[in-house]
Amino acid sequence: MSNSMLTPGIAAHRLPAAAYDANFVDHTEPLERHEAQVAADRCYFCHDAPCITACPTSIDIPLFIRQIATGTPDAAAKTIFAQNILGGMCARVCPTETLCEEACVREAAEGKPVEIGRLQRFATDTLMAKGVHPFTRAAPTGKSVAVVGAGPAGLAAAHRLAMLGHDVVIHDARPKAGGLNEYGLAAYKTTNNFAQSEVDWLLQIGGIRVVTHSALGRALTIDGLRASHDAVFLAIGLAGVNALRAKGEDKDNVLNAVDFIAELRQADDKAAVPVGRDVVVIGGGMTAVDAAVQSKLLGAENVTIVYRRGQDRMGASGYEQDHATQSGVRIICNAMPVAVHGNGSVREVEFAYTVDGPDGLKPTGETFRLKADQVMKAIGQTLVGAEGLSLSGGKIAVTSTGRTSVPGVWAGGDCAMGGDDLTVTAVAEGRDAAMDIHHTMMGA
Amino acid sequence: MANLTTDFIGIRSPNPFWLASAPPTDKEYNVRRAYEAGWGGVVWKTLGSEGPPVVNVNGPRYGAIWGADRRLLGLNNIELITDRPLEVNLREIKSVKRDYKDRAMIISLMVPCDEDSWKDILARIEDTEADGVELNFGCPHGMAERGMGSAVGQVPEYIEMVTRWVKKHSRMPCIVKLTPNISDIRKPAEAAKKGGADAVSLINTINSITGVDLDDFAPEPMIDGKGTHGGYCGPAVKPIALNMVAEIARSRETAGLPISGIGGVTTWRDAAEFMALGAGNVQVCTAAMTYGFKIVQEMISGLSDYMDRKGFVETQELVGRAVPNVTDWQFLNLNYVTKAHISQDDCIKCGRCYAACEDTSHQAIAMSPDRVFTVKDDECVACNLCVNVCPVDNCITMVEMPKGAVDPRTGRQVGDYANWTTHPNNPAVAAE
Repeated sequence: MSNSMLTPGIAAHRLPAAAYDANFVDHTEPLERHEAQVAADRCYFCHDAPCITACPTSIDIPLFIRQIATGTPDAAAKTIFAQNILGGMCARVCPTETLCEEACVREAAEGKPVEIGRLQRFATDTLMAKGVHPFTRAAPTGKSVAVVGAGPAGLAAAHRLAMLGHDVVIHDARPKAGGLNEYGLAAYKTTNNFAQSEVDWLLQIGGIRVVTHSALGRALTIDGLRASHDAVFLAIGLAGVNALRAKGEDKDNVLNAVDFIAELRQADDKAAVPVGRDVVVIGGGMTAVDAAVQSKLLGAENVTIVYRRGQDRMGASGYEQDHATQSGVRIICNAMPVAVHGNGSVREVEFAYTVDGPDGLKPTGETFRLKADQVMKAIGQTLVGAEGLSLSGGKIAVTSTGRTSVPGVWAGGDCAMGGDDLTVTAVAEGRDAAMDIHHTMMGA
Repeated sequence: MANLTTDFIGIRSPNPFWLASAPPTDKEYNVRRAYEAGWGGVVWKTLGSEGPPVVNVNGPRYGAIWGADRRLLGLNNIELITDRPLEVNLREIKSVKRDYKDRAMIISLMVPCDEDSWKDILARIEDTEADGVELNFGCPHGMAERGMGSAVGQVPEYIEMVTRWVKKHSRMPCIVKLTPNISDIRKPAEAAKKGGADAVSLINTINSITGVDLDDFAPEPMIDGKGTHGGYCGPAVKPIALNMVAEIARSRETAGLPISGIGGVTTWRDAAEFMALGAGNVQVCTAAMTYGFKIVQEMISGLSDYMDRKGFVETQELVGRAVPNVTDWQFLNLNYVTKAHISQDDCIKCGRCYAACEDTSHQAIAMSPDRVFTVKDDECVACNLCVNVCPVDNCITMVEMPKGAVDPRTGRQVGDYANWTTHPNNPAVAAE
């Protein structure tokens, strides 16, 4: 292959083979035992700790860190998993800088929080490396629950329900379980096939059957599941993608960022994934950053994120934005796409500068064009397939414990209203819905 | 610029920081390096009698306890006195002293408890030109089983007797090193004084087991599955040492007896505290064993800066300055009322003060939903626990209530000095 970063159009193998391995290694180095010890010693074991409050799954962080400090990382892992069965993935992908670590009193004291995320990974990796599953199933209850969607919310709910003695069947549309953990995160955040290992480890609880290639539709309906199970938990995520609503967006090589990310995740050989020379990513969230950074890592020459509002409104955290710019991605704010130009394939994207005023976003009248042979849309996803359920804000309306408008049907994760679209939030919602399903089924 | 030169019982040294008799002072190589690093004096590792030297274990000699970040807080050892031939030690002492005439060189001694043994060893060290001797009546392990070390130090009559022999057979200044493994430290100090000692040094190490191996079920440090108590030292023992120094300094029987302060001295501040409580100089071991000889440079600069700040020119101005303020509980002012105060600017909202007060003290700290912590003056007994557990220095302080103000806890006015001896609740007062 003689492609390079300068090869016009869309091409694979832009970089020397070795560069791909280097580019897609673990984004955050795991802590060694000594490093973990030093990091753990910094925790003050706060009263009613702010980090716990900041964690959507309310992990008892001071306790697990103390357990690491006293040389019992397995006990630390159990403390984590008791609240968050996907604590291993959350340790990798949580925006800790806006959650637990932002709340850490040492952030206030010294601007350097305790490294909670990395410590959590140390504990969970230590236990998971042993192949040990720390929980056992309660005696069978004879109840069965259908879970639709094997992403973080579905897996968390399924695990909790199985642990309580219920039988669980998870249906997932994709070939593999894991949801966004498997298909939706930057490859460098979860290396070594961690998402699948985690699913396998989680399923060790027993009592969970996973049915892949099984989407809601003609064969699988909510009513059908209600009839055949004692409860239904929907964790179907957001399968649709918002349109740009810009002229010419149907041109070739205008794709969904989530599809690009998923393809890259599933590619055994990253070098074989084609990427444009000039890539434009439209959007301001984590998906935009994941797509842009990975385009760069694949050898794109110019990668630009264009976001319609000001930088402070971006969904991606400051840390993620810095990561993008440090990776060589340019971020342009206050610009919205008005047209995609090109003859068949995209050649340029035209943007209008915007001002964000009291009456909403308005174009200033000034426009500019960015060269692009690949455009990735990362402007949010939409709910698909929740017919018959009340919605709120485009998502399934739920109570605080995930009950939908239909009796016997709960929902959680990205498809349900409320909460941030984070892995950790989905886990919390799945877990809490599972507890409510349990209490409802058992009449407690 | 403060003058750190000290004259301790006629022994001059450029600063009050001596290395204690211990592994760092066991041979010429180390002692030369110590002097080069700036140590004012060295107490050479304890010499024994002529004859085959003692032997040490060949497994671990030290055990330790650690604080956060594995900071060494306490060290214990089961090492004995020097295990090198007496002639080698004497030759090396002489060689070093010849090259460092301005530094103090003290020889620590431990021989069997008979006059001839002491007379013999004193004669042998005469030629080294060392500045003085220190009698090791302190080591709690190994040698005590052979009737030496703390076996002598725990019997005041023996201390007096041996000290008398030493003064009789040597013209050298004599320091008696005391063991803390005794219930009243004043008794051995009095005995040393009666025997003619020029000074006492304290504390030697404390009987201790630093830990237990929870797989082999044996104490640490462990030798082939067994362990024995060793001598404990380092920052953790400082409070014990300070009290014992103060007890000797303020006792009528021993007041004025020169003291060389030992026990966990790690920084200039530790040294200054020992000196304020009556120590004419200090001896250091664990700090050097933890950080190396260079540590003395901080001690020198820190003490010098402190003395300059205080306007002290000579170390003598510091020595004993706090002794008059060491008193018995019964004389403490019961009308001295303080209240904890939390600086909201400095508070990092960890809530440890709240947990400590709410769970284990007087429920005198309030916590708001947004984690603002405030002291309830009507509950605060000024115990100081919140100050002690707060991770931020000076965030919580104890503020004195002015005379005449009403303590909201008791409803009583802050009055003039009054102590337990006149308090109505004191049965002794009522009996009068």
